[in-house]
Amino acid sequence: MTAQTRPAEEAERAERPPEGGRARRALRAVASANAVTLTVLAVVLALVLGAILIVLGNDRVLAEYGYFFAQPGTTLGDSWQIVTDAYGNLFRGAVFDPSALSGAIAGTNSWNLVFYPISETLTYTAPLIFTGLSVALAFRSGLFNIGGHGQVIFGCIGGALVGFALPLPPVLHLIAALLGAAVGGGLIGMIAGVLKARTGAHEVIVTIMLNNIAFWFLQWIITKPGVHNPARSDAISKDVLGSARLPGLGSGLRADLGVVLGVLAAAAVAWLLNRSTEGFELRAVGLNPDAARTAGMSVGRAYILAMTTAGALAGLGGGVIVLGPAVHLTGAVAGTVGFDGITVALLGRGKPWGVVASALLFGALHAGGNRMQQSSHVAIDLVTVVQAVIVIFIAAPALVTAIFRLRATRGVSASLAKGW
Amino acid sequence: MTTLTVYDTPRAKPATGFWTRDRKAGAVFLVLGVLATVLFTGLARSGAGARFVWGVSSVGAGLSIPAKAGAAIFGVVCALCGAALLTGRAERWLRWLAGLALVTLVLSFLCWQVAGQAMPLGSMAQATVKAALPLVFGALCGVLCERSAVINVAIEGQLLTGAFMAALVGTVAASAWAGLVAAALGGVFIALLLAVLAIRYLVDQVVLGVVLNVLALGLTGFLFTQLMQQHGDKYNFPPTFPAWHIPGLASIPIIGPALFQSNIFGYLAIVLVIVVHFALFHTRWGLRTRAVGEHPTAADTVGINVRGTRYRNVLLGGVIAGIGGASLTIGDVGSFTNNMTNGRGFIALAALIFGRWSPIGATMAALLFGFTTALAGYLPLVGSTIPSEFLNMLPYAATIVAVAGLVGRVRAPAADGQPYVKG
Repeated sequence: MTAQTRPAEEAERAERPPEGGRARRALRAVASANAVTLTVLAVVLALVLGAILIVLGNDRVLAEYGYFFAQPGTTLGDSWQIVTDAYGNLFRGAVFDPSALSGAIAGTNSWNLVFYPISETLTYTAPLIFTGLSVALAFRSGLFNIGGHGQVIFGCIGGALVGFALPLPPVLHLIAALLGAAVGGGLIGMIAGVLKARTGAHEVIVTIMLNNIAFWFLQWIITKPGVHNPARSDAISKDVLGSARLPGLGSGLRADLGVVLGVLAAAAVAWLLNRSTEGFELRAVGLNPDAARTAGMSVGRAYILAMTTAGALAGLGGGVIVLGPAVHLTGAVAGTVGFDGITVALLGRGKPWGVVASALLFGALHAGGNRMQQSSHVAIDLVTVVQAVIVIFIAAPALVTAIFRLRATRGVSASLAKGW
Repeated sequence: MTTLTVYDTPRAKPATGFWTRDRKAGAVFLVLGVLATVLFTGLARSGAGARFVWGVSSVGAGLSIPAKAGAAIFGVVCALCGAALLTGRAERWLRWLAGLALVTLVLSFLCWQVAGQAMPLGSMAQATVKAALPLVFGALCGVLCERSAVINVAIEGQLLTGAFMAALVGTVAASAWAGLVAAALGGVFIALLLAVLAIRYLVDQVVLGVVLNVLALGLTGFLFTQLMQQHGDKYNFPPTFPAWHIPGLASIPIIGPALFQSNIFGYLAIVLVIVVHFALFHTRWGLRTRAVGEHPTAADTVGINVRGTRYRNVLLGGVIAGIGGASLTIGDVGSFTNNMTNGRGFIALAALIFGRWSPIGATMAALLFGFTTALAGYLPLVGSTIPSEFLNMLPYAATIVAVAGLVGRVRAPAADGQPYVKG
């Protein structure tokens, strides 16, 4: 087959419906590297790798492997047992615990316990949706926002300051505190956007640096009078007033309005990207800044808009943390949600609803990981490994095809593989 | 720092207009110098002397400077350097004048802070080098990777894996040398993932680096919690390298304790900086590496194996970064703790950029960042009013200023981050 005939043949093949019956067509769809198949395979592979780590991380079973050939059955059986026990608890902590349901029916425990795992999952999902959307929005505009961590921190600070220092009537106070969080994150995001637009400073470096600056700023501000809780000797801020806290979704459960706000934010970002003029410009700049400039769009303005919005979204994620489960600022209030937002956005492929789905998955992994740590004594860091491995598996094939397709048309594109 | 391709930057572009690089730097230093003179002199305790001691303890031979006069004089010198640069006639002295301005600015600040106290310069230098050591290794790793056009954001993960492997294998094998080898292999493991996925599978290198950091953090954190925390003596009690005193050199004031009383990692760092600098700019390998980093197509045309060079350099960088991680465990505290690198890999990345992708420059930047760390540790001891948190922010703020081109512009290797596809 010569190079000249190939495109024609391919086009012909694409137009032809796949051969065979419906079942075979469905099978072929699964076998081809589409998004869902790829994601499921990546998750399965990551969990298999996690299982190997569980065995490696168990001192007792690891010792059994020292004399594996003396009693292979026991060794393998024990390995199987600790892995199933750990993953069983992961599931029970994230989704649903059968014993809680039977207990609730028998009347030995409350119905709250049945919904407890789901509530925990949603609690961890809420900030991840926001940080994931933040990274995804920047991605679509051709920017890589690693500054989620710093933006979350400033969101936490903004939300908490309004939350405890500005007494307002109930509903208004919550709105004001969320605005404070968005402004805090938005301002720090804007710095990166302005520097990128004005001087060409790479947003990756600037946002990494801003993360660390934000971290030290947080360590400083929580010990200052007016912010520090005078009743405590450790570095902790005052509690957010009750009027600024997110209302819970059920009594005795931690899940709150945050996750609903997250879904609304996803809808808003989806609208912004797909239906608005600004969103069109952002995507155009993300795909090809030169073409966008030629078409009369202001690339610099798009960068500033994208980073400010991304920062505000991550800041809202911080607000959801501090006005929800955290209640006050501590040195580690932001946790790792800022960085997790990157993996969430990558797994969600930069699409708002994909971000919601992957945030739900990672939130579930986190909630289940807590249970796994308590009941099976398997450290929650396993969840971090699983997340990273999932994203690596996702990133490689997806980006390979993307880059190859782009190469065929206009060389290695700046939006996917760019330098400093 | 932009995504310009080689074709967009024809020769070294002459700076246009009045505000050339040296004028900008001059203006900045002039303002800072004047501010220092006014502020630090005004704030310094009158009648008190700032005592700088040569040795490692706060007593002994040294130099006493009257705080107010010192702050004023050094501030004025800084301002004069800035003014000289501002005239635009001192362009060729830019490097020296900027260096002098920076040093006098710091000295003016120190005169104010140390007034009535003593600062042991020897131990300050020691703390500086100790803080800079992992940064130097990390930055050298970055130099090797990025000079051949592979962006390495995973330095943090490589340092962390190196630190972990050194502690684990060092303990199990009861040998610091085994730990050192294992640390290098740990760094290579992350480097291999980076190289294969970036060079072979063309994954975006910045994204990849970030994810590899998460992977390293998760792996080491998991095994640390599972094995090391519960059975510390069995998995996390490695022997450490002893310090080697070089007779004579070790007793040089100020730099003696810092450079010639360290353990193997200190000497290794000095050797590596020199070797990498020489190899990069004076050998065939270095020329090829730089060619691959600047214009891979041209390099390929003249028969250089672009991908092979990149693989080799990234893996070599992994060895160096892994050893740098080991300096934190078997070269220092003698045990691993969760996330013990704590962002040092990112500062190393900053040092690499601040040092304009050159081994010597990156080392200087690492030492500068190490000094701010040492200062942040020292100032609270003498009851400074400057919050140490703000001193800790300095390296990051300085890097933002550098990449934003506010004081001179930095330029990455032209092909940095772009995968090479033949054809």
